Amino acid sequence: MEDDAPVIYGLEFQARALTPQTAETDAIRFLVGTQSLKYDNQIHIIDFDDENNIINKNVLLHQAGEIWHISASPADRGVLATCYNRTFCYVPSLDSFGALGKSAAQLFIALATSSDSKVLTCAAVWRMPKELESGSHESPDDSSSTAQTLELLCHLDNTAHGNMACVVWEPMGDGKKIISLADNHILLWDLQESSSQAVLASSASLEGKGQLKFTSGRWSPHHNCTQVATANDTTLRGWDTRSMSQIYCIENAHGQLVRDLDFNPNKQYYLASCGDDCKVKFWDTRNVTEPVKTLEEHSHWVWNVRYNHSHDQLVLTGSSDSRVILSNMVSISSEPFGHLVDDDDISDQEDHRSEEKSKEPLQDNVIATYEEHEDSVYAVDWSSADPWLFASLSYDGRLVINRVPRALKYHILL
Amino acid sequence: MAAAAAAGPSPGSGPGDSPEGPEGEAPERRRKAHGMLKLYYGLSEGEAAGRPAGPDPLDPTDLNGAHFDPEVYLDKLRRECPLAQLMDSETDMVRQIRALDSDMQTLVYENYNKFISATDTIRKMKNDFRKMEDEMDRLATNMAVITDFSARISATLQDRHERITKLAGVHALLRKLQFLFELPSRLTKCVELGAYGQAVRYQGRAQAVLQQYQHLPSFRAIQDDCQVITARLAQQLRQRFRCALPPAPSPICARLLAVALPCVCFCVELLLALGEPFLAHARGRLEKELRSLEAELGPSPPAPDVLEFTDHGGSGFVGGLCQVAAAYQELFAAQGPAGAEKLAAFARELGSRYFALVERRLAQEQGGGDNSLLVRALDRFHRRLRAPGALLAAAGLADAATEIVERVARERLGHHLQGLRAAFLGCLTDVRQALAAPRVAGKEGPGLAELLANVASSILSHIKASLAAVHLFTAKEVSFSNKPYFRGEFCSQGVREGLIVGFIHSMCQTAQSFCDSPGEKGGATPPALLLLLSRLCLDYETATISYILTLTDEQFLVQDQFPVTPVSTLCAEARETARRLLTHYVKVQGLVISQMLRKSVETRDWLSTLEPRNVRAVMKRVVEDTTAIDVQVGLLYEEGVRKAQSSDSSKRTFSVYSSSRQQGRYAPSYTPSAPMDTNLLSNIQKLFSERIDVFSPVEFNKVSVLTGIIKISLKTLLECVRLRTFGRFGLQQVQVDCHFLQLYLWRFVADEELVHLLLDEVVASAALRCPDPVPMEPSVVEVICERG
Repeated sequence: MEDDAPVIYGLEFQARALTPQTAETDAIRFLVGTQSLKYDNQIHIIDFDDENNIINKNVLLHQAGEIWHISASPADRGVLATCYNRTFCYVPSLDSFGALGKSAAQLFIALATSSDSKVLTCAAVWRMPKELESGSHESPDDSSSTAQTLELLCHLDNTAHGNMACVVWEPMGDGKKIISLADNHILLWDLQESSSQAVLASSASLEGKGQLKFTSGRWSPHHNCTQVATANDTTLRGWDTRSMSQIYCIENAHGQLVRDLDFNPNKQYYLASCGDDCKVKFWDTRNVTEPVKTLEEHSHWVWNVRYNHSHDQLVLTGSSDSRVILSNMVSISSEPFGHLVDDDDISDQEDHRSEEKSKEPLQDNVIATYEEHEDSVYAVDWSSADPWLFASLSYDGRLVINRVPRALKYHILL
Repeated sequence: MAAAAAAGPSPGSGPGDSPEGPEGEAPERRRKAHGMLKLYYGLSEGEAAGRPAGPDPLDPTDLNGAHFDPEVYLDKLRRECPLAQLMDSETDMVRQIRALDSDMQTLVYENYNKFISATDTIRKMKNDFRKMEDEMDRLATNMAVITDFSARISATLQDRHERITKLAGVHALLRKLQFLFELPSRLTKCVELGAYGQAVRYQGRAQAVLQQYQHLPSFRAIQDDCQVITARLAQQLRQRFRCALPPAPSPICARLLAVALPCVCFCVELLLALGEPFLAHARGRLEKELRSLEAELGPSPPAPDVLEFTDHGGSGFVGGLCQVAAAYQELFAAQGPAGAEKLAAFARELGSRYFALVERRLAQEQGGGDNSLLVRALDRFHRRLRAPGALLAAAGLADAATEIVERVARERLGHHLQGLRAAFLGCLTDVRQALAAPRVAGKEGPGLAELLANVASSILSHIKASLAAVHLFTAKEVSFSNKPYFRGEFCSQGVREGLIVGFIHSMCQTAQSFCDSPGEKGGATPPALLLLLSRLCLDYETATISYILTLTDEQFLVQDQFPVTPVSTLCAEARETARRLLTHYVKVQGLVISQMLRKSVETRDWLSTLEPRNVRAVMKRVVEDTTAIDVQVGLLYEEGVRKAQSSDSSKRTFSVYSSSRQQGRYAPSYTPSAPMDTNLLSNIQKLFSERIDVFSPVEFNKVSVLTGIIKISLKTLLECVRLRTFGRFGLQQVQVDCHFLQLYLWRFVADEELVHLLLDEVVASAALRCPDPVPMEPSVVEVICERG
């Protein structure tokens, strides 16, 4: 059985939002949020059966709007947060969730007739139906009729702050704290009463010339989870969540807009970032003047960068050149002295990869370039259950699940 | 003695003779003359040794024995002898005792007389000594008196004695002076008489004094005279020397030589004695020359030009050294290796000082631009040194001089390389200024082609000037040009590799550094400069490098003993540089346009926009900018090939319309088993078109450059559109904009399909991002675009 072949799953809508089900450590499960203005949006719960190479999926309706960002609670398998677009007619009503239940068609009619309609990106915390939490193995065929709906837990009220860019959960916590980025504000929320109420604990905002907008943020798993890093325009900033004050700032981290960043899970000062200059840069936050390392493998904007959760030399990037690149950054990883690997092993199994480069022991290199996508890849992420497995999502709704080449896996493990 | 001992025990003879001496010896003398002699000698020593030895048995009855015991003796007599015999013994004993008494008396008497006479003598001596003591006392007194007198006399004479000494000194000095004054005449006489040895000895004696007092005119005169005479002497010696030594040794000559040999040795010896001061004198003169040269070097007054300097040095110092060496060699040739070595050491020492001065002077010349003067100066310097070089091969002056010339040549090469680099940077600065200068309203951009031509020609002329300047070093008439260094290494390693190849390398590096500039927003370097540099490098790749290298090879006749960088390597480097610069140019320009597009998409509220009446200004701006870039690139790069165009490309209808309309007709369905692909057509299209590499390397032609820029811009537009939500009129505006772009952009790119594809995708994405996608009628779109 060809184990390393990618598994492809197609969604019928455009999609940008992808997350592993963080709290789930046994089954390989990803959540994908769709983007459609015309139809009800969905959250696909993708279960991957590693042994049989089979995908099982469940669809949840997300009628609030198209999903721009999705993140799963690290503590509760059933809880997730989304950032979604709401289209308002006239003035946004205070009880904005009253409109959620209405059908999309009504919205469109309202839109079509109004000339001053507005789009606002909101964020909310949801709970999925109990039976889906642990992935009921429903066969893909009979899910046609009843798509279940998410239960709204609470709404992160952002009317005063602007568009929500993303929501991140405290990585090691009990799922009670989240940070959301709204335009130029960074908001720390406390979820109370089993997540049914979100209280704004503290906030900070960027001041400066022009319209400052956060594009992305990550919560550091180090320092007792007191640090958050954000990206706006070409700048990376670190924040202390206790005082909500800035602790470091990397000006002009990229030549153009910074799209995403991620913390090294094993090295507390290391940080990866990517952006519109087609580069991936690795930073030591103690020295913000120079990147530790720069990769320039993509030929268009890099939208996503992710460290492997356990083997931080494996770095995954997704780009709008429709490629996903898996890099081996041994030299700046927490395991800089790995084992030697046999060149033959890899080339035997990997020669079907067009841009596969020959593996040199202990050198930073590109492990593989995955070209299964035909549109821009906006999201990549590792599975929370299997450290050798990752998913990538392109705009046309194609989700591809891939594995780290087996030879490399053995090389790292042995 | 053993015999005497054997005779001893006889009772009759033994008892009497030992104490009596001469009388006792009588019976023994009769028996043995031998033993008697012994006894005679034994007497003086005997009394200790003879007596105990004689009566050897420890017989107590032996009268003469040491162990005689009268009781035992008497007892024995009484027991053994009859009365008669006893009586006889008694008488005998008595007689003997009497004899002994009389003997003793005689002896005492004799000795007493002797004692008396001795006492008398001692008494007389005592008297005599007393007399002598008195006389000695008197003598001591007299001596004291004499000493006293003597001291007094010498004190009186002291004064006079000193005067006499001084006079004696003056006398000696006068004699010496006289010798000096007479020296010339003496020398003359000696020379006339042929007493050369004498003359040289005189000269040797006088030399030091004359040297010391030469400041006094009279001595000076003597010295001069002496020198004249010595010169004559030397002349004659040389004459004799030459006569004495036949030029070619033949059998007859050999015999002659044998005769002449002592004479020759003599001459040499004499000449050697003269020789030492000869070199010292020469040193003085040469040092004066060196000092005057150093004064010319002096820091404050403007040094005379280098030619003059080397002339001075050449005629003054080197000329002097030549003379000295020639004279010395002529004089002391026969002195053999020792003399030559001495001369060589002499020349080496002074020569090194001279070289130090020359090098200092030449170092001052390094900054200057005039090569011909320098080369002429070096030529003279080198030429002048060849004469002493030939004379003094051992001193290695010629080698050192060649080394200096080589070093200077190398430094000149470095200087020229610096000059070329500076010229290149200067050109770039000029170009920047020309590009930054405010343009005249009517004029369309700066004349990039002219600028390029200017830069190229100016660099080329600089290179040629440098080559010409450096070529002087290898000119035929220059004395050092035939040295191996200048024929081989200088040409290949120095000029070709160091200067030309080095310059091309540094040019490429400088150019590449513009690509790596940290200002990634491209603000640092004007894009036109990138373009110009890229074209320049490409020109170098195609023609200029090989031209320059051919020129160099022709001028310098590079011999093939050193490996040289092949033309192809340099060309490859230049091509790579050109490619990187052009790619960077595309990135920078693409970025400028995409920033414009991005701002325009991001800042607009697409939901509440009005029905489009016009193409948005930003699109016109994009087209204008693209046209400007097209013109700019067109000035420097060729058109390039494009795919065959359809005649009505501008009239092409949007394929997206159909797709988005078709999509509208589909009933909404969530059937996962038959997932409906929303932009099926677009996907099918993608299947058959190649993946678009947005930031791909470009080729060296206008079309490729423009394609690159447009690709980057449109891809940005696509990504930005996907991040927005559009109202119906927003979509229509995008439609209009894209159609407008299509109308104007297709002509710039290699494959217009590419533009269509990207623009279709933009419109398709916009349609997807629109909740109410009602596209505008194509005819209306066209009307609007044509009006705009």
